[in-house]
Amino acid sequence: MALENTAIQEKLVSTFGDDVFNFQQERDIFSLEINANNNTAIILFLKNDPELRFHFLTDLCGIHYPENPADRQFAVIYHMHNWYENKRIRIKAFLNGENPEIKTLSTIFLTSNWMERETYDFFGINFIGHPQLKRILNMDEMISFPMRKEFPMEDGGRTDKDDRFFGRTVDNC
Amino acid sequence: MSELLLPPEHRYAKIIKEQLNEDGNELSILNLGPTHPATHGIFQNILLMDGERILDAEPTIGYIHRAFEKIAENRPFYQITPLTDRMNYCSSPINNMGWWMTLEKLLGIEVPKRAQYLRVIVMELARITDHLICNSILGVDTGAYTGFLYVFQFREKVYEIYEEICGARLTTNMGRIGGFERDWSPEAFRKLDIFLEEFPVAWKEFENLFERNRIFIDRTVNVGAISAEKAMAYGFTGPNLRAAGIDYDVRVAQPYSSYEDFDFKVPVGKSGDTYDRFCVRNAEVWESLSIIRQALDKMPEGNEYHAEVPDYYLPPKEDVYNNMESLIYHFKIVMGEVPVPVAEIYHPVEGGNGEIGFYLVTDGSRTPYRLHFRRPCFIYYQAYPEMIKGALLSDAIVILSSLNVIAGELDA
Repeated sequence: MALENTAIQEKLVSTFGDDVFNFQQERDIFSLEINANNNTAIILFLKNDPELRFHFLTDLCGIHYPENPADRQFAVIYHMHNWYENKRIRIKAFLNGENPEIKTLSTIFLTSNWMERETYDFFGINFIGHPQLKRILNMDEMISFPMRKEFPMEDGGRTDKDDRFFGRTVDNC
Repeated sequence: MSELLLPPEHRYAKIIKEQLNEDGNELSILNLGPTHPATHGIFQNILLMDGERILDAEPTIGYIHRAFEKIAENRPFYQITPLTDRMNYCSSPINNMGWWMTLEKLLGIEVPKRAQYLRVIVMELARITDHLICNSILGVDTGAYTGFLYVFQFREKVYEIYEEICGARLTTNMGRIGGFERDWSPEAFRKLDIFLEEFPVAWKEFENLFERNRIFIDRTVNVGAISAEKAMAYGFTGPNLRAAGIDYDVRVAQPYSSYEDFDFKVPVGKSGDTYDRFCVRNAEVWESLSIIRQALDKMPEGNEYHAEVPDYYLPPKEDVYNNMESLIYHFKIVMGEVPVPVAEIYHPVEGGNGEIGFYLVTDGSRTPYRLHFRRPCFIYYQAYPEMIKGALLSDAIVILSSLNVIAGELDA
């Protein structure tokens, strides 16, 4: 019997109440939002519950939304996978822009260690309790977080690649 | 001696200072890499060693980090393939096709059956070259150069097939949204037939050289073993996971590009050691060959090689010169003015090393809002320090090459 979206939703809502919301089927993946303060409990529940069994953390990454309200400027996206039922789930946790921080998953999934380091490296999201939260792909001396939208990809003074010449505004690129 | 190699504040410096063996020997530090022929790529490991035995390791990665995710946010969709083939450069067509399939999922494009089969063929060829390099280099690292020299010429044969398909060899930039940029030439099929005839003979001989070879078995059995639970916790996928005994394969779990039409086995190992990884890759090459043969047999008639999606697929050049509509489409595609829905897509494909995932977030503009690559190498390389603890230095080299860590995919 396949694992139904409604079953997952009912189970999560009855256990966590208001901390899980905005359930929707996004194309082929069922996704939901969680309250970032409760992320470890929710993910541990998804992993260990005998019916849900989302035992594999496929992917973890960050996103920067500078246009969003102040308490939703960053998001951490978890993709989890249940191999028994072959069901994937996407979990989003929004964080505030001033001081983005969320609890680490590295005690639940060993694999999240480097994924979280990568997210910290590029977005500056602080993973509370991470055993070794330091830069991983960029050099240690770097002071900025390059995947944030305000970080320019190349020298802003260049004029030869100006998008306005092609009938676009800068925001449109 | 150790002071020269390590800054005094490094945690190993303290361990060395405090740890004095009874016989007066002290622990030592060895820098494995970043540039050494035995590491097959640029990664550094600072090893804490007791004689020849490794006590601890600290990996440093990022030496060839090229910020692909940032670059991708500034490029129109069709310009992102060249970034993907620089990730796992041993099997770039798989990455290319994975990226096109992500876009097709986003745009809701149905690819014709024949183009899907052609994609399957080229992806399986890529898997063969990937495993061929990994296994033959593993042979070189255990001291057997012959097998490597013998099978490596077949990688060249596969590259000639790529050349016939897309004109490039290593960084292929193959395919377009909806299919391929041109139909495969008869020469490509002829070369494929020759390859299918000659390669199995050589691969059988290669297997015979290693599988029951006393020296090879002594060097690989019970070296770098990892249990199924540990492998899963570390996010292993692909041959390295299957060697530990779990039959998870994206081609079976979530078939893409018509993989459900083909009959193939998912080889699994038992102990997750270096020898099992070698055997799983060997067996997968046979399955890939069988898939290619089936695809050639079942290939639909006709010469359809792309979907009819004029919004996204470049029209033929003659039409652009002579036909108003084609000129408009051509201009719009090149300038990136194509309609793109706002969506979030995750598309996994089975790469040479495991599940390559593309997580794409669009906001309706001509570039991705966010593109994240799930790179299997990056994820399983973090288990490396644990796998080499207690092993000998020469085992560390063998384990590294049996994991098939590709620097380009590790660092993206």
